[in-house]
Amino acid sequence: MPMLEIDNLSVTLDLPAGPLHAVRDVSLSLDRGESLGIVGESGSGKSMSALALMRLLPRRARMGAGAIRFDDVDLGGLDDATFAGDYLGPKLGMIFQEPMTSLNPVYRIGRQLTEASVRGGKLTASAARRRAIELLDRVGIPEPEARMAQYPHQLSGGQRQRVMIAMALMMEPDLLIADEPTTALDVTVQAQIMELLEDLRREMGMGMILITHDLAVVARNVDRVAVMYGGEVVEAGDAARVLHMPRHPYTRALLGAIPRTDGPARKLEAIPGTVPSLYARPEACVFGPRCPQARPECQESVPPVRGDSNHWRRCVLAAAELRATQHAPEAIERARADVEEIALEAKGVTRVFRSRKGPFGPPHEIRAVDDVNLDVKRGEILALVGESGSGKSTLARMLLGLDAPTTGEILLDGTRVSDMAPMDRAGRVQPIFQDPYSSLNPRRTLAEIIARPLALRGEGDARSRRRKACEMMELVRLPDRLLHSYPSQLSGGQRQRVAIARALVTDPRMLVCDEPTSALDVSVQAQILNLLVQLQRDLGLTCLLITHDMAVVHQVATRVAVMLNGRLIEAGPADEVLTNPATDYTKRLLAAAPRFERDDAQTRDLAV
Amino acid sequence: MFRYILQRGALALAVAFTVSLATFFLLNVATDPAYAIAGEDATPEMLAQIRETHGLDRPLASRYFDWLGGVLTGDFGESYYWNKPVAELVASRAPTTIALALSALSVTILISIPLGALAALKPNSWADRFALGVAVSAQAVPNFWLGLIMIILFAVTVPIFPVSGDDTWLHFVLPAFVLGASSVPAVMRLTRTGLIEVMDSDYIRTARSKGFRGMPLLTRHAMRNAILPVVSVLAVQLGQKFGGSVITESIFAINGLGRLALESILGSDIPTVQMLIFVFALVFVAMNLLADIMNAALDPRIRIG
Repeated sequence: MPMLEIDNLSVTLDLPAGPLHAVRDVSLSLDRGESLGIVGESGSGKSMSALALMRLLPRRARMGAGAIRFDDVDLGGLDDATFAGDYLGPKLGMIFQEPMTSLNPVYRIGRQLTEASVRGGKLTASAARRRAIELLDRVGIPEPEARMAQYPHQLSGGQRQRVMIAMALMMEPDLLIADEPTTALDVTVQAQIMELLEDLRREMGMGMILITHDLAVVARNVDRVAVMYGGEVVEAGDAARVLHMPRHPYTRALLGAIPRTDGPARKLEAIPGTVPSLYARPEACVFGPRCPQARPECQESVPPVRGDSNHWRRCVLAAAELRATQHAPEAIERARADVEEIALEAKGVTRVFRSRKGPFGPPHEIRAVDDVNLDVKRGEILALVGESGSGKSTLARMLLGLDAPTTGEILLDGTRVSDMAPMDRAGRVQPIFQDPYSSLNPRRTLAEIIARPLALRGEGDARSRRRKACEMMELVRLPDRLLHSYPSQLSGGQRQRVAIARALVTDPRMLVCDEPTSALDVSVQAQILNLLVQLQRDLGLTCLLITHDMAVVHQVATRVAVMLNGRLIEAGPADEVLTNPATDYTKRLLAAAPRFERDDAQTRDLAV
Repeated sequence: MFRYILQRGALALAVAFTVSLATFFLLNVATDPAYAIAGEDATPEMLAQIRETHGLDRPLASRYFDWLGGVLTGDFGESYYWNKPVAELVASRAPTTIALALSALSVTILISIPLGALAALKPNSWADRFALGVAVSAQAVPNFWLGLIMIILFAVTVPIFPVSGDDTWLHFVLPAFVLGASSVPAVMRLTRTGLIEVMDSDYIRTARSKGFRGMPLLTRHAMRNAILPVVSVLAVQLGQKFGGSVITESIFAINGLGRLALESILGSDIPTVQMLIFVFALVFVAMNLLADIMNAALDPRIRIG
């Protein structure tokens, strides 16, 4: 008998526009000590399912019909007080995506760790304290006793996530739910946290549900996988079988969209279209509109479940009918930087931030960027790699002329950036920012947003600007009909396209992209990366790409520069640095990068 | 923490000094004190004589430093009107107003924080709408009118409380309620929005995931975070109680600083007005300092940077 059984779970959000069906008829089960990965892109309903299980749904969400049984007890029959007292903590524990905000800022770590077990009468105060110190030590927090008296803001993000894990383990839950536990953390920390979770799970014999958008994380860490799309589970089964012999077109497309860190760079298989609107309850295949192999019957009814309990999917296609991929992955041909012309050059650039605590506090200095020498050659994509706090974004701001170096100089097309008129500078280099949700003015239409730089520069008249905006939209493959839409009506990927179109409208020769895909889903990231490579090839654009993701580097960059603590520690052609890194730090970055190497041969065999 | 208090204290001193400058020059440059004393029909000779007897013919700067020197030694000059040292006058009236202001603030806290919490726990429920209704009415009703209505209702029609005066604590109930009511809307709304935000925060979700719910969740996890901005506003509100005492004390015939201020303004008693303005301003400065210290005590992010 499974420990956890979820039958036909549905979650509906009451929104002003009507009820949104965030989770539909999801059925999952988990044995004691087993680990299950729930994979899906944003909006697939994976987090909502877990929150429903924990009764932590946001105010506007309600759980529909369906049953959740834990150790054969129907949880639906329990009132909130009984559920909170008997299940939350001792049976179900959860850790969340945002370690920075998930701990209460005004209470000490020790109190937050111990309070639940003391209040629940499980442990005495001194026993709880002993256990908390033990657990802090176990999750890798140095000087655990001293930490007990500290406050969350005195710990780093990685340490806070470790504290969260220790806190969930205080009550020795039978099932630990980890909702994107590493997404907000640096790559090297991500790997450590996942390893820790896996070790602890084995040690304590816990069951675990790992919710993530990252297939590579799942591939390494779980026994079974459920792939969610549009609020439904579309494929589920043994991890190895689902990930290496995917039988649902969506799973296949998702796997094809992951950039890899080895072999020749190939064009990523972006999934056309966008995630479905969940307002209606379609009596059809939820992936149908984007499916490369959709058939008429996919629109007529919900597809049947095929396969057995070890590996099933909701699809009309038999295994033999699946095509390996939509098209053979084409190799990327990059226009080599033909001339060794230097587009942008940083000479001995240092940026020091001075601050003091309060008007009379001691001055405090941070060298965010420390004596960096870097040049970007015309027509190349240079990737600037580093973890948070490495100074890569500060450097980018200076390269864009948005901030001035404390010492050193930056030359753009041979002229000092600081001597350039802002309009002149903006005509040569344009930024693309990480978060397409906050970098577009919500009150302007796309046509206005894209043409805005032209209007600011006083170029052309309304009609010519409109025409130019249309051209740009075509260039980044945004459909014409969106011309008068507002950003709120677009998906994340579409918004990032708008940001790119806006950056290109003044025909700059260079783009500085700061983590352009890290806020996007994998399938959408693939679209944007493909677009960047295509633009570089077709327009001869120079591009400085700031990223923390080695797979993205491998996918698009011609050269790569690695930053650590404000210094440039390594630079060279991308192939060389990735295959033969010179510094230990780069080696560690590469080793830590979550990877999922598809077995292409196996995938192709399946189709035959 | 000690260092932080020292810093804030130094800042408060700087502000107090600026306030003293502003108070003095506002009263001595924007108006002519001699005119104020002599009245509208004064002849030039009378004015000249008044200037001489009160030392108003000396340069402004030297008069300021004399005054400031007096303030630092506790000498605020002689009242023109009562012919007593101003300091003595103020000291005799201050306890009444302090009692009134503190009880008014207690009324504010006792009404607005529970009401705000009630509204925040179920936004858009009937409780929330009720709280919002209370806030809107309290905001719309003028203070003096509320005072009169209270007197009619609870002192005349149903004679529970005395109509006026300041002899027993019963005398303070109605004025404290009236003075306190004016701050209810601001504090209630702030408690409500603060608590709604906190209840939606990630760390409250964490606490829920550990099995906390209901009252313990509110008191042991949410309240301390939600109360931080409220503390700052309460400090400002307490300062306003002193200013607001002018009207309330007049309505209820309470012999406090507010009444003294009104009388000395009507009597053109410049030294008294000057000291009262300075004292009211100092109360604001002191309350803000207190709020900073309390926030530091409640929020480790301020205390331990």
